[in-house]
Amino acid sequence: MNSTDFILAASESVNPLLPNPWEILVTGVGFAVLLFIVIKVIAPKFEQSYEDRVTAIEGGLEKAEAAQKEAEETLALYKAQLLEARTEANRIREEARSEGAQILADLKTKATDEATRITEQSHRQIEAERVAALTSLRTDVGVLATELASKVVDEALKDDARAQRVVDQFLTDLEAQQNAGASN
Amino acid sequence: MFAFALPMASEEGGFIPPSVSDTHLPDIFPWFAEYGTGFGKQMFMIVLSIVLITWFFTAAIKNPKLVPSKTQYLAESGYAFVRNGIGRDIIGEKNFRPWIPLLFATFFFVLLNNLFGAIPFLQIPSFSHAGSAYAMAIIIYGTWIAVGLKNHGIRYFKLAVVPSGVPGWIMPLMIPLEIISNFIVRPMTHSLRLMATMLSGHIIVMLAAAGARHLIVVQDSLAMNGLGVLVILGSVAMYFLELLIMVLQAFVFTLLTAIYLQGAIEADAH
Repeated sequence: MNSTDFILAASESVNPLLPNPWEILVTGVGFAVLLFIVIKVIAPKFEQSYEDRVTAIEGGLEKAEAAQKEAEETLALYKAQLLEARTEANRIREEARSEGAQILADLKTKATDEATRITEQSHRQIEAERVAALTSLRTDVGVLATELASKVVDEALKDDARAQRVVDQFLTDLEAQQNAGASN
Repeated sequence: MFAFALPMASEEGGFIPPSVSDTHLPDIFPWFAEYGTGFGKQMFMIVLSIVLITWFFTAAIKNPKLVPSKTQYLAESGYAFVRNGIGRDIIGEKNFRPWIPLLFATFFFVLLNNLFGAIPFLQIPSFSHAGSAYAMAIIIYGTWIAVGLKNHGIRYFKLAVVPSGVPGWIMPLMIPLEIISNFIVRPMTHSLRLMATMLSGHIIVMLAAAGARHLIVVQDSLAMNGLGVLVILGSVAMYFLELLIMVLQAFVFTLLTAIYLQGAIEADAH
């Protein structure tokens, strides 16, 4: 074997540009079949799988977003409720305080009224006693005056000097009586 | 060079230097019939690739999970690579959706058939045969012209060959050039780029294997035998380079498909 043999053999070989018609046919038909399968089955399935994945990922994100939103809403609700509860508590406390004050005021009023009433009653009683005392005094004075008058009349006839004495005596007695009454 | 593809035959025929005709194996049906007369290995691999792509992607997405399994993840990554990396980036957000299946089928069809060249026993990229590359290029050529006509009517041909913003006196030069470049050269380069890279890669691998075998088995000199070992080591590096080119060419072929479609959809935009 030498190189000239090789070149000779190579130059004898068929033209590589000339096609085998059967190969054109097989390749053409084969590719058409493959293309048909790809169009009908393979490509739609891959596209579907791709779409599904996109949907799933986007859906997952949306779900997470929704969950977060819900959590935030719940938090806001709780906060609002807490605030409301606090306000309510404050309101109740305030109410209780004012109610207490009201009760206190009522009691004070009542006590004042009672005191006034008692005072008035006392006044009235004192007044009544005063009136009674006055009446009794008047009666006593009348009796005494009558007594005095009868004594004066009885003595007058006897002695002016004595009469004077009696009157003085009477007045002294009266004074002493009055003093005793005042000290009582 | 049957020795490389069909080890059984190697011992009988002695050394046959590799050539393009060695990429044309006898047909499978009828058994060992002359290449081109029946159903051959290359056609079998085309069918096999369709079965494998269909099987893998339908199995991977059979029970789609939100959190994907490894297989589903792999399949979805591949799908998303074509869908977003080629379709959406080239054709644009607005128009790319109807073209996802075409780009997806093109990419994985070409990719798997290229990678067959790196798999022992299959060991030949289907698109190193011009017929398959022509078939793919014709399908895509027809598709983007149809898309252009559908979107812009017969005016599409004017939009495609009359460049805007060019002074009138240069038009007699520009228009024929545009016609040749867009409607004649484009499908040829589209198919031949794929075919030539796959074929050359395959021939390099064949040549390395045949040469190494010749140096080690046929030559008696120890130096020659050592050289053969070095050739094998070198061919391993070539194998990985070929892997890269196989993936790259599948990507380029699909990328160009997307660019042609985009050009047809938005012919009036430039």
